[in-house]
Amino acid sequence: MSILVDKNTRLLVQGITGNEGLFHTTQMAAYGTNIVGGITPGKGGEWVLEGKIPVFDSVKSAKDATDANATIIFVPARFAPDAMFEAADAGIPLIICITEGVVIHDMMRVRNYLDQKKVRLIGPNCPGLLTPGEAKVGIIPGNIAIPGNVGVVSRSGTLTYEVLYAMKNLGMGASTCVGIGGDPVNGTNFTDVLEMFEHDPKTEKVIMIGEIGGNEEEKAAEFIRTRMTKPVASFIAGQTAPPGKRMGHAGAIIEGGAGTAADKVKALEAAGVKVAKHPEEIPTLLQ
Amino acid sequence: MKLHEYQSKNIFSKYNIPIPKGRVATTAQEAKQIAEELGGRVVIKSQVLVGGRGKAGGVKLAKDPAEAEQLATQILGMEIKGLPVRKVLVDEASAIDQEIYFAITDDRAAKKPVLIASAAGGVDIEEVAAKTPEKIIKVNIDPLLGLREYQARDVAVAIDLPRDYWKDFTKIAMGLWQVYQNTDASLAEINPLVITKDKKMIALDGKMMIDDNALFRQPDLAEMRDTDEDAPAEIEARKYGLSFIKLDGDIGCMVNGAGLAMTSMDVIKLFGGEPANFLDVGGGAGSEKVAAAMRIILTDPNVKAVLFNIFGGITRCDEVAKGILVAMDEVKPKVPMVVRLVGTNAEEGRRLLENANMITAETLADAAKKAVAAAKG
Repeated sequence: MSILVDKNTRLLVQGITGNEGLFHTTQMAAYGTNIVGGITPGKGGEWVLEGKIPVFDSVKSAKDATDANATIIFVPARFAPDAMFEAADAGIPLIICITEGVVIHDMMRVRNYLDQKKVRLIGPNCPGLLTPGEAKVGIIPGNIAIPGNVGVVSRSGTLTYEVLYAMKNLGMGASTCVGIGGDPVNGTNFTDVLEMFEHDPKTEKVIMIGEIGGNEEEKAAEFIRTRMTKPVASFIAGQTAPPGKRMGHAGAIIEGGAGTAADKVKALEAAGVKVAKHPEEIPTLLQ
Repeated sequence: MKLHEYQSKNIFSKYNIPIPKGRVATTAQEAKQIAEELGGRVVIKSQVLVGGRGKAGGVKLAKDPAEAEQLATQILGMEIKGLPVRKVLVDEASAIDQEIYFAITDDRAAKKPVLIASAAGGVDIEEVAAKTPEKIIKVNIDPLLGLREYQARDVAVAIDLPRDYWKDFTKIAMGLWQVYQNTDASLAEINPLVITKDKKMIALDGKMMIDDNALFRQPDLAEMRDTDEDAPAEIEARKYGLSFIKLDGDIGCMVNGAGLAMTSMDVIKLFGGEPANFLDVGGGAGSEKVAAAMRIILTDPNVKAVLFNIFGGITRCDEVAKGILVAMDEVKPKVPMVVRLVGTNAEEGRRLLENANMITAETLADAAKKAVAAAKG
């Protein structure tokens, strides 16, 4: 058991013949992820990875031929919204979008459309998912994590790697690591993932890695306080960052001044979460 | 990207939102001439990309062209929150009956745009929001449907707007929605939207922010960027797609990923150092980008040591190492360099840097401590 991806995942790769797509397809396949096909419009009928993975022109044709149940997107930002719409319309229930720099307006349309279709989106601008020993669906280096009982959820990419690596150095393994991405409008938030971990029998403890901005960490703290039984440790990046750009008066009205590292740490500690001073300290808080 | 008031209002007027008559001036003589053309009382408004211009004395009412010239001279010589005033907007003065706050922005939590309005508009709107939140009306907009006219009417009712103004208000609301949508704005704000003594609705002030990621499909807006107020290093960084913010410390940082970059700064501070900058080379950074990043960091004379913290995922450590070598060859840095490479192709990266005379580190804490020590000499 684990959440979102495991050895039963049948994965498609959108943008499989691109530079990044092909590089990470190779890495994911080497890890043992079951990649059943890829999509690059105009290259249908070709094969990649020495003839092991077929390429299709569309997500629909790939899904029909392979019965895929998840897709990962590596296409450039201007094409990523269309790739997400296409995957949802083809009936793929789980979409992981790695692409960074997607326009926020496009993401609001994508997110609202996907919600109507009950499609789960992870990202965009995220490192994807890793269930150690079973499936790597994303760009998290496979060799920095070992299987275990700690669920990891993070808004950051590379900061997540730091934490997985520190865990491994202590002999601590992960059930699943979920990078939800740092964009203002994304598919899955902390609370969604915390709820999945709370119900996952394989997960016994949780690490949540947040950062300044928005109010998702505060909402997660409320969820932990009222609904979670499993212990949670956390780290909030940006404690020393200069104040970010203000969104006129509207930003202050909408977010009500929340979003500083101090506010988030306070909310989490009030919910019984142990908050680390630096990322390499987090796993020690769960020992 | 922020737009100036005059740029925002020009866009508004293209979408049939009424704005005062007026033009931008860069000299006091020009301001006087515009005041003469407008024939009467004018408002001289500094055009700088920060809030609180009015409270800083950067917005003044002039009763005639001579006073317009005199006030423009004064305002064009000002600095507001550290930014020199280079332009003023000279607008026809309005006799105001009521000030309304009106904006459309991204509601991150709802994943939808939100329309915000209040009958208590003006400079103290944030105080209104904090103390009397019931005076702020918020309505989410379905991004797949767009703003509906009935929603705009509902808002007009909710802010107690007299029936006579519903039609004008709805037109302005639909216009502002078009502005927000067509410009990929993260903010389109009118504060105040005024009702004048002669019963007209006018957008007296305007503020817009555009999603930087959308500038590829907004070439006209991209050209409006005012780089006068950006540090040269930040302009250079933007050219290479790097995210860079200059800070006051002496340890230069080059990190991949915003979260890890912020964390590296946090850890430097935790061990007694001060970061000289925030720099995220981004995902998949190639050697050219890395070399540019290093040149930008080293142009800061305060930098006494540089910390490279690269955890490879989509970024490949060997590519980063190549970039470091190219930049070292070109810039010939004299300050100590601490480098930590972990993750994708880290071993190849480390091998490439073996003879580069750099201090290596295993963990982030270790790297930060070594950088702090190196900066202290």
